[in-house]
Amino acid sequence: MKPKNRSGAAIIVVSAVSLIFCSLGPRAFAQAQPVHQPSAAASGGTVIQLCDGVTSTEVKGLKPGEKMSHDQAVAVSRELMDEWQRKHPGQHWEMAQDNSSQPASVPAGTDTGASASQASGSPAASETTPPKRQQGDTYASFNERDYKLWQAETDKFVAMGNTVFHSGEALGSTIGISCDMCHPNAANTHPETYPKYQVQLQRVALLRDMINWCIENPVKGRTLDPNDPRMRALEAYIIAQRKGAPLAYGKH
Amino acid sequence: MAARYKSVETKCYENRDRVMNALRNCDRRTFLKLSAATAGAVLAKGLIPPHSFQLVEVANAAIEKGSGSVGAQGAAPFRFAYISDSHLYERKLNQRFVRAILKAVDDVNALDPQPDFVFFGGDLAQLGTAGQLELGRQILGNVKAPVKMMVGEHDWFLDMGEKWRELFGPPTYSFDWKGVHCVVLMSVNEKDFWTERKMSPIERMQTVAGLDNGVQSRFEVGEEQRAWLKDDLARVPTTTPIVVFSHSPLYKYYRPWNFWTEDAEEVQAILQPYSKVTVIHGHTHQMLQNQIGNISFYGMLSTAWPWPYAPEGLPPLTIQMNRADPFDQFDACGNGAFTARTDGLVDSIYNLWDRNPVTIKADYLVSGGKTDQPPTPQFASY
Repeated sequence: MKPKNRSGAAIIVVSAVSLIFCSLGPRAFAQAQPVHQPSAAASGGTVIQLCDGVTSTEVKGLKPGEKMSHDQAVAVSRELMDEWQRKHPGQHWEMAQDNSSQPASVPAGTDTGASASQASGSPAASETTPPKRQQGDTYASFNERDYKLWQAETDKFVAMGNTVFHSGEALGSTIGISCDMCHPNAANTHPETYPKYQVQLQRVALLRDMINWCIENPVKGRTLDPNDPRMRALEAYIIAQRKGAPLAYGKH
Repeated sequence: MAARYKSVETKCYENRDRVMNALRNCDRRTFLKLSAATAGAVLAKGLIPPHSFQLVEVANAAIEKGSGSVGAQGAAPFRFAYISDSHLYERKLNQRFVRAILKAVDDVNALDPQPDFVFFGGDLAQLGTAGQLELGRQILGNVKAPVKMMVGEHDWFLDMGEKWRELFGPPTYSFDWKGVHCVVLMSVNEKDFWTERKMSPIERMQTVAGLDNGVQSRFEVGEEQRAWLKDDLARVPTTTPIVVFSHSPLYKYYRPWNFWTEDAEEVQAILQPYSKVTVIHGHTHQMLQNQIGNISFYGMLSTAWPWPYAPEGLPPLTIQMNRADPFDQFDACGNGAFTARTDGLVDSIYNLWDRNPVTIKADYLVSGGKTDQPPTPQFASY
């Protein structure tokens, strides 16, 4: 992920800087990270340090804990980037995570060379030659950030399902009943046992058929269209509660 | 009784065929037959008492088979029935739960001989509104035997028990019955979680109403009531059989669902000096039994809906009930009765609607499961 121009670099550095600021970065990786100690503030402001652990600047008037405005942050990161560029003429800044040329599924502990370089950024990377990427295909290019984004999206969807599951109103119940009244934490829903023949429905049932049956009968609402976001979210939530349960379709 | 239960497949197709055939040419005569057929289906499902409540013979037998030795007080055996966890909404919103509690009332009224009293195990209302509580009182007013009430969290947390006290009196009390000392506790107190979150009363109630809602505090009897209990038991000799009625289980089963009493150990310690103690609790909506030291625990069934067994913490002595059939509103619900024996122990009869009744004898619990083991279900929870 090499930034193509200065403003691209600035945005990336802003995020890197704010990572240090919020000290989120080091905690995201499992192994022990080198800790950078910024120098003390000389004029009562806040010292902001680049993740190379060396380049730093002081923002006067910014009290510790205070947030900068977007413009100010861009200006600070531009200043830091310029200084780094001055110190490393002709070199390119590479994002720490980009140094992991192994796919993200490789266990974190195995390659200490690459992992150490993730925290300290480009200077370490320029010293070692990164191993060759696998075929460069889609699945080899997943990295930790991708996984985090996608998991966050999925969890958000599951959380929406959680809300619908627990709300008679969202389900369209006309008698004040919600799914969690019989199924706390989606207990006893057994999504892993579908499809199965359900004689009372006169057909082979999928999970969504049972959900719709429940909505129509004990919940006394209107059945949901399979593409209704509520139905999709309900399925997501119910299945998410059974992570790890072996699939057993047809089990009654 | 075994022949009564056809397979699900058979029943489904028989019903369907009967209705379909009748619909083919629906003249007046056929229409009447059709009505009779559906009425017959209703009858077959045992919705009309006393067919739904087969306990009469079993219960009588239980009294006779009670331990031969005379109890320390020479107490006579007696039987009391229960209805629990009805979770009523007002009629205009929801009649499903109303039908269920009416079924339970019909059941207890059809018992012959009548029980000494009928105990209500808590959660009369679903959201504790005045309308719901009054509906419950009106329905329970049709019970022929005397009714003794206990409060549940669904009755309490809308107005912190104001309406309950107005209708049913103090939530904590004790009484003696034929040599047994009975205590009724309010065991669903919760530490204040609503003030800091600036919840309105209905928000507080809805939070408590969510079984898996982790925001609410865990149930407790509380220091004040434990002191009351100690004081109440001070004048009761340790040989007297004790029955404690409590909504929460008075032991620790599954914390995330509040199948839990936070100060359970303290309460059990107060009961420890007594040789014959039985705790009868609601809240769990399932067949549940436990034995901790000298105390036998029985969970009561709900009329409204059954709950699945918790993923962990299930007492090993529990005789489980099979999973509920979602296509049958009354399955895995019901009511029941208890027999207080001459020896001071208490047997339990679970009157599961649409299923065979199950008797759990105190000997089973007290022996740690070695004697009198009841039949276990075919399908364990998963």
